[in-house]
Amino acid sequence: MTPANDRPGDPAIVFDGLGQVFHTRSGRTHALDHVDFTVARHQFVAVLGPSGCGKSTLLRMIAGLLQPTSGEVRVFGLKVAEPRDDVGIVFQKPTLLPWASAEDNVVFPLRHKTGRVDAADWERARALLTTVGLGGFEERLPAELSGGMQQRVGIARALFMEPDILLMDEPFSALDALTREEMGFELVRVWEAQPKTVVFITHSISEALLLADRIVVMSPRPGRVIEDLIVPLSRPRAGETGFQNAGKIHELSGHLRSLLVQRAA
Amino acid sequence: MSSQDISAASSSSARPRPAARQPGPGLAARALAAPGLVPVATFVAILLVWEIACRVFAIPSFVLPAPSRIVEGFGAVSLGRWIEHIWATLSVALMGFALSIAIAIPIAVLLARSETLSRALYPILVVIQSTPIVAVAPIIIVVMGAGDAPRVAITCLITFFPLVVSTTTGLMATPPELIELSRSLRAPAIREITQIRLPYAVPFIFSALKISVTLAVIGAVVAEFVAAEKGVGYFIQFSTSMFQIQQAWSGLVVLVLMSLALFQLVNLAQRLFFPWSLSEKGR
Repeated sequence: MTPANDRPGDPAIVFDGLGQVFHTRSGRTHALDHVDFTVARHQFVAVLGPSGCGKSTLLRMIAGLLQPTSGEVRVFGLKVAEPRDDVGIVFQKPTLLPWASAEDNVVFPLRHKTGRVDAADWERARALLTTVGLGGFEERLPAELSGGMQQRVGIARALFMEPDILLMDEPFSALDALTREEMGFELVRVWEAQPKTVVFITHSISEALLLADRIVVMSPRPGRVIEDLIVPLSRPRAGETGFQNAGKIHELSGHLRSLLVQRAA
Repeated sequence: MSSQDISAASSSSARPRPAARQPGPGLAARALAAPGLVPVATFVAILLVWEIACRVFAIPSFVLPAPSRIVEGFGAVSLGRWIEHIWATLSVALMGFALSIAIAIPIAVLLARSETLSRALYPILVVIQSTPIVAVAPIIIVVMGAGDAPRVAITCLITFFPLVVSTTTGLMATPPELIELSRSLRAPAIREITQIRLPYAVPFIFSALKISVTLAVIGAVVAEFVAAEKGVGYFIQFSTSMFQIQQAWSGLVVLVLMSLALFQLVNLAQRLFFPWSLSEKGR
């Protein structure tokens, strides 16, 4: 599915004059307006914005679940007209199948798409669960897992089809602060081991600064790009080594906060 | 240690345990606190009061037979005859129930899939549900003739509406994210039904099955009232026409036991085959 241009640095996703208008019973809602930016392959981009700025709409258009009313999204040079095989999605809630074990949930995309799962696939599912820190929990049902563990299964499920692009819609927003931070570190670790283009939707400034190579800030409805900055922080940003970043983090988060607050007012 | 052990251990330790040696509630109160004992004790108490009231006030048995007289009523016919009556009612109830499931679930899938179909079919379903089936029963018997077929049809008509409504609700209650996941995979539409929507509807289907299975017994009895030569409903009608009231009551007891047994069987099936559907957590 991936075209020939698979050198890192080539554009993975291009938003070209993207606009989205929803027609609802209460009238027209202008969700997105002239969104233009390009995401390089294997870049970790956080899309930061207040609630209801069309961040999730953006995500659904990359996934091919929603067609823009104007402009277009191109993934690896091709206009997105329908869902692609090389895109994985992690939702805000884990939304696992409650009747299926952790490993069943991980192989579900393949079972659902093709109806067949072979021994090698099960092997791969178990390896993925180990990667996301759930070794030994393969046969647990979602109800027997904590919220953080459920979302780990959700991430493993999204990675299972070996997508080139990973779309994450505020995946940690339902978790408590500690778990949330820990999940962030884990995600970066997985991403460094298996490079992917990540579009990470969030409304948390600290989360964006912790995770992303680049932060795209969006305005309230209609969503526009009001800031696009490369995060000048070295990795790893976690733990003691993060200390040297503290000054810069403080300065950046002040800048981002002023952008969000100004626009919301 | 398996996962079940861990979860069982943690859930039992989380539950507050009544301290056995604490002063406070008396022995009787504590014995009654055991779950399961309360309903049994209540039931026995009611039977006792009933029996004593019938004897003390000399209530004639055609008004209200005492429990002991009802037990005597069982002796009115032989065990073989009872089995014949019970089987007649039970088989009709089960056939009607099965037919109802076979019709209701595909209809629910159609209703959930197409808004147009839903708009076309739903009013018809409401009309059918609003029709007093007891009043339609004689017509169905005349149209369909003798035999089990009309009785099965009546049972099916009585039981299928809750099943259709509940199953449709369940199919629609699937989290939209999973539908998006299915669409993003470009999976065949049939798998969206079989692998996502129908399993999600299982708890809804079972709550409807519990209602429908007791309605099935009602359906079978209604049909027997109209036309039958065997069955527990027939037995009750025959007994009252002979003024054997305690005999009719014993038939009633059999029907209640039958309904309870079927209800518990549905419960058991859910516990055995879909244990995950009993917990709300993790959805």
